[in-house]
Amino acid sequence: MTQIPGAGSGRPQPAARPFPPGRYPVVVVGSGPGALQVAYALRRLGVEPAVLSRDEEPGGMFRHYPLFQRLISWSKAYPPGGPEGRLYYWHDWNSLIVDDPQERALLPEFMDGSSIFPSREEMARSLVAFAARTRLRVRYGVTWEGTRREAEGFTLLTSDGAYQARVLVFAIGMAQPWKAPIPGIEPVPHYVEAKPLAAYTGKRVLIIGKRNSAFELADALLPVARQLVLLSPRPPLLSLLQRSAAGVRARYAVPYEDHALGGNVFVLDAAIERVERTADGYRVHAQGTTRPGPLVLAGEEAIVATGFATPLGDLRALGVATFAQDRLPGLTPFWESTTVPGIYFAGATSQGAVGLRKHGIPSNSGGIGGFRHNARVLARHLVETHFGQRLSRPTLHPEAVVPYLLSEATRASELWNQRAYLARVVAVDRARGITDEGIQPLAWFVDAPGPDAAAIVLETDATGDHHPAVYVRRGGRVTEHVLPGDPLLTFERPDHHGQLADILRGLLA
Amino acid sequence: MQAQQPATDDRIDILAGMALFADLSRAQLEAVAHTFEEEWFSEGQRILRQGLFGAGVYVILDGEVAVRVDGETRATLARGDVFGEVSALLGEPPVADVVALRPLRCLVLAAPEVKGFLLTYPTVMYRMLQVVARRLRHATQWRG
Repeated sequence: MTQIPGAGSGRPQPAARPFPPGRYPVVVVGSGPGALQVAYALRRLGVEPAVLSRDEEPGGMFRHYPLFQRLISWSKAYPPGGPEGRLYYWHDWNSLIVDDPQERALLPEFMDGSSIFPSREEMARSLVAFAARTRLRVRYGVTWEGTRREAEGFTLLTSDGAYQARVLVFAIGMAQPWKAPIPGIEPVPHYVEAKPLAAYTGKRVLIIGKRNSAFELADALLPVARQLVLLSPRPPLLSLLQRSAAGVRARYAVPYEDHALGGNVFVLDAAIERVERTADGYRVHAQGTTRPGPLVLAGEEAIVATGFATPLGDLRALGVATFAQDRLPGLTPFWESTTVPGIYFAGATSQGAVGLRKHGIPSNSGGIGGFRHNARVLARHLVETHFGQRLSRPTLHPEAVVPYLLSEATRASELWNQRAYLARVVAVDRARGITDEGIQPLAWFVDAPGPDAAAIVLETDATGDHHPAVYVRRGGRVTEHVLPGDPLLTFERPDHHGQLADILRGLLA
Repeated sequence: MQAQQPATDDRIDILAGMALFADLSRAQLEAVAHTFEEEWFSEGQRILRQGLFGAGVYVILDGEVAVRVDGETRATLARGDVFGEVSALLGEPPVADVVALRPLRCLVLAAPEVKGFLLTYPTVMYRMLQVVARRLRHATQWRG
């Protein structure tokens, strides 16, 4: 293996463990991509958090998953505009974002060029390199054991001792295996307990679930299994049809094609009544939903792929409310627990802030492509709301506003990765003129009081058309304006300029 | 790590008690629970926004909401009630804000999915028609 500078040097020396127990402004729990991104962004803004991780090196879930070793989100080596371009990160969904080009650990550097989807190992190496090149300090090998509310903030109890902080940020992943409540499911291995591929050779395999992890298993087992049955109550959601990365990705669609063409893969819509252990495997009793009627299915092997939950520890007891069958905390638009102020979430758990889900498109907060942007917005929010900083807001000449917003709609990866979720906001400041307020959650913009302002986002409607949408707040009232789409996704045509100028008329004067 | 596993899916029991889904089998209710997305809102959060496109149909699992037009409360809704169906069916933005009065757990189906869903479950379509008819009657009486 070629030695890459920075890669592999993330493992800390025991003598140099940073962040001993004590008081810190912020404690970040975790060392996966969500934790690394929020810790980096906070430090850049002058608030260095204590970062605590039970792991021995950075990487989080990518130290072990995906099981079959390749990610579902792309990192393209030759994107339009190159790594300096505003659009870069839209073509590279897996790299964390740095402010200083010297600190970059972009995925293509670590990839062998055979695929646009990084392997698990390539991803893990990039995260180790990110931590090393940004000199991000993490206290590894420390376990979070408990949480207490105090008069001013919290105490985090750990295997190394107690930490006090005004703000806690949990970036602990959607890492806990979750099994649907089906009688008899207990002995069936979860996705994380799947056996080596060879163990499934020549077997009939029942897979409970029809989302990405289920199709990842099916795709991997296709060359060895005799028969594959995927079961869940509703038809699979495919990214191609949903126009959302939350659906089953095209990369894993081969088993579905096999099913559609009548092969030995069966993708069935059925509610499972119970799972029975038999002498030679498992038997599943189910009722068809899309096509009603009883089903009895047998397999020598079975795997549960019904997803993951957030390992919340004692946070529920502390008052953190959850939803989605107790898998996610309920969050504000700035990823703060709606019931325990001061507790924030980064990483995949940030999907607890659902946003507007315009036209049914969810956020991308369950993947790095989306949550790395959330983490940067969160860092700005934390330093302004908890640490008394007022971050600089560049001013814009009134004539520059329309071209700027249209350029952002065309090129900002925040807007592309987080459609109808993150917005570029400009506001009218009586003293200073027009200010660039940065990237904000759209849900915050449309619901919170504020000065006259405009926010631009990207949206995808039910026809699949991608286009900018502009939200304008005047006198506290927000109106919505949809701009035209474009076949080549360039939203800087004369008609875009004309329409946006009309929409903003009066606001910018 | 030990798998987390709830004892039951309470969404199905709640849906089973609703008039809207009264004609569906247990298996169909399970499919409905998996077709809708679950969302959670705290007190004061807006769920539907007057004048903004692209929302969906909501079914309240737990909690209470106020229906507000230009800031004035016109109705309150609670467990088992449905909202957002008129704008989803017409493809128009909602004419009211819907705001959580206390923590709210609901299921949502995005507007583009509504037609396919109702055609798959025509008994739900019939019962939704009854919901809309009752609202129309109420509005007519109110105006009269």
